[in-house]
Amino acid sequence: MRRGRLWAWIVFILGAAYFLLPLIATIQFSLSIRRGTLSLDAYTNVLQSPDFQQTLVYSFLVGIGAIVVGLLLVVPAAYFVRLRAPQLRPIIEFVTLLPLIIPPIILVFGYIRMYSSSSILPLTNSNIGTNILLTLAYVALALPYMYRAVDTGLRTIDVQTLTEAANILGANTITIMARVIFPNIIVAVLSGAFLTLAIVIGEFTIASLLNRPAFGVYMQNVGANRAFEPAALAVISFVITWAAMGMIQLLARFAPRTAALTD
Amino acid sequence: MAEEFLRIENLVKAFGGNTVVKQVNLAFDRGEFITLLGPSGCGKTTILRMIAGFERPTSGSIHVEGKDISPLPPNQRKIGMVFQAYALFPNMNVEDNVGFGLRIANVPVDERRARVDEMLKLIGLPGYGKRFPFEMSGGQQQRVALARALAPKPRMLLLDEPLSALDAKIRVSLRQEIRAIQRDLGITTIFVTHDQEEALSISDRIVVLSAGNVEQFGTPFEVYNKPATRFVAGFVGQLNTLSGTVTDPATRAVAIDGQNVTLPNLPSNAKTGDHVSLTMRPEAIQLANGHVRDVVLDGTVSEVSFLGSVIRLKVNLGQNAIHLDTFNDQHTPPPAHDEKVQITLSGSDILVLGE
Repeated sequence: MRRGRLWAWIVFILGAAYFLLPLIATIQFSLSIRRGTLSLDAYTNVLQSPDFQQTLVYSFLVGIGAIVVGLLLVVPAAYFVRLRAPQLRPIIEFVTLLPLIIPPIILVFGYIRMYSSSSILPLTNSNIGTNILLTLAYVALALPYMYRAVDTGLRTIDVQTLTEAANILGANTITIMARVIFPNIIVAVLSGAFLTLAIVIGEFTIASLLNRPAFGVYMQNVGANRAFEPAALAVISFVITWAAMGMIQLLARFAPRTAALTD
Repeated sequence: MAEEFLRIENLVKAFGGNTVVKQVNLAFDRGEFITLLGPSGCGKTTILRMIAGFERPTSGSIHVEGKDISPLPPNQRKIGMVFQAYALFPNMNVEDNVGFGLRIANVPVDERRARVDEMLKLIGLPGYGKRFPFEMSGGQQQRVALARALAPKPRMLLLDEPLSALDAKIRVSLRQEIRAIQRDLGITTIFVTHDQEEALSISDRIVVLSAGNVEQFGTPFEVYNKPATRFVAGFVGQLNTLSGTVTDPATRAVAIDGQNVTLPNLPSNAKTGDHVSLTMRPEAIQLANGHVRDVVLDGTVSEVSFLGSVIRLKVNLGQNAIHLDTFNDQHTPPPAHDEKVQITLSGSDILVLGE
């Protein structure tokens, strides 16, 4: 028993070291911009850079757009697959996995070919059009995560009975989705949303090839031209991601619960 | 004279090649408490779901107050329904759950609140408005589900095995409450269950179903005492089935394990040597103890089960065995194992079924 516990601690410490040591090294390096002393100058440089603020805001807005479009697409689709066409689930799951199989560079070349100036829908001809294209590309990129998150949320509730209960009380499909289904899968939806945001914030390939001022492109530029600032940026990215994960955990506490007390 | 409320005509439902409801014809009166009773897969829930509008009939029609409701979607049928799994909305408290249908119908807030309070009083849960479903027991949740179904004043109430998920004690008390509320409101109610005791105890009339067919439609008294088919006789209540051979059709004599009895219910077309099945309820049979009725049989006690107020005996007659219930008498001990006894019953209590 005692021996088992010792081994558990050893495994835990080794695992923690594997994850924490690179992080500690990155933090230490980001603080070493001045010789012989620790300093936050690298962080100040990054945070004060207008490019940092602009690209972060841009990526954030595109991320929000991708989340909204993604949810409008995924929530009704996952709901109807569960309710009316469960036999289509394997097909839908396969389709949602495609963005993981197709590399972003192929995806973006496909988009450019489809929506360039010579196409029927020349989205790349204008900034707004290219922004829309980037948003839609991120919707596709986040589809595997968003669909799975929403589907997992739907699995935790009795979709069919809740739908029927609301329906017989007079509600139509839109009301049922808005007032009954969506509020009960909100935590799953938010976790899908945060995952989407995390992907969008760090994405480089599509944004770069569509020539958009995104945060991923900015990080790559800084990484190529500076020494300490990339480490500071990496730490900032970690903090943003952890904050997103923390939000998911926090929101999970307010999720509607389904289990009844025992009689 | 009772007014017809619901009429089901030639109702058929098939899922692929499997027909689960076969040409069902039924008519219920306004304010009746009807139970659809049958084993799993008999089509009772499918009929209920077609009345609710969740399933589309393959053929046939459903008329409420003379109008065919088959083409209407569920949200336009003005029907209340309680589900087996409660189906309360987890994101809403009791007040919002009960008021959901009223909100959809755009009932003003004040009126809605008053109706919700009225409903919570009706189900015996006043003051529970702010609680969430997860803070309540299964029995309480099902009462809230009942209040939610009744709040918009539906013209009919459907109950889909609402007591199945509850423990035995709560089940009995809640079914009595449901019946009392239904009587109070006078609302036509269709209740689905596989539990014959539940069906017998609360229904005005019972529809017994088997394999998509209506086996019998009648009052609990009729269904229990005058089962129309062998299935009904076996499914509703305890039943003894004995094998006999017709020995003299003229005198309606049948031999059971060599003992001759006279059966007034023997069909007139019975012939000598015909094998017949004789069915009877355990409570119709008594130990003779000197007071014999028109049928008397000798046997040996093979089992004695003391159930408190009732003692259940198994008596072997030879090839046949018979179960009977006798009241516990504090001054007379029950017969012992292997004791020779004489049992008696009235010939009219024996139902004769052809082999």
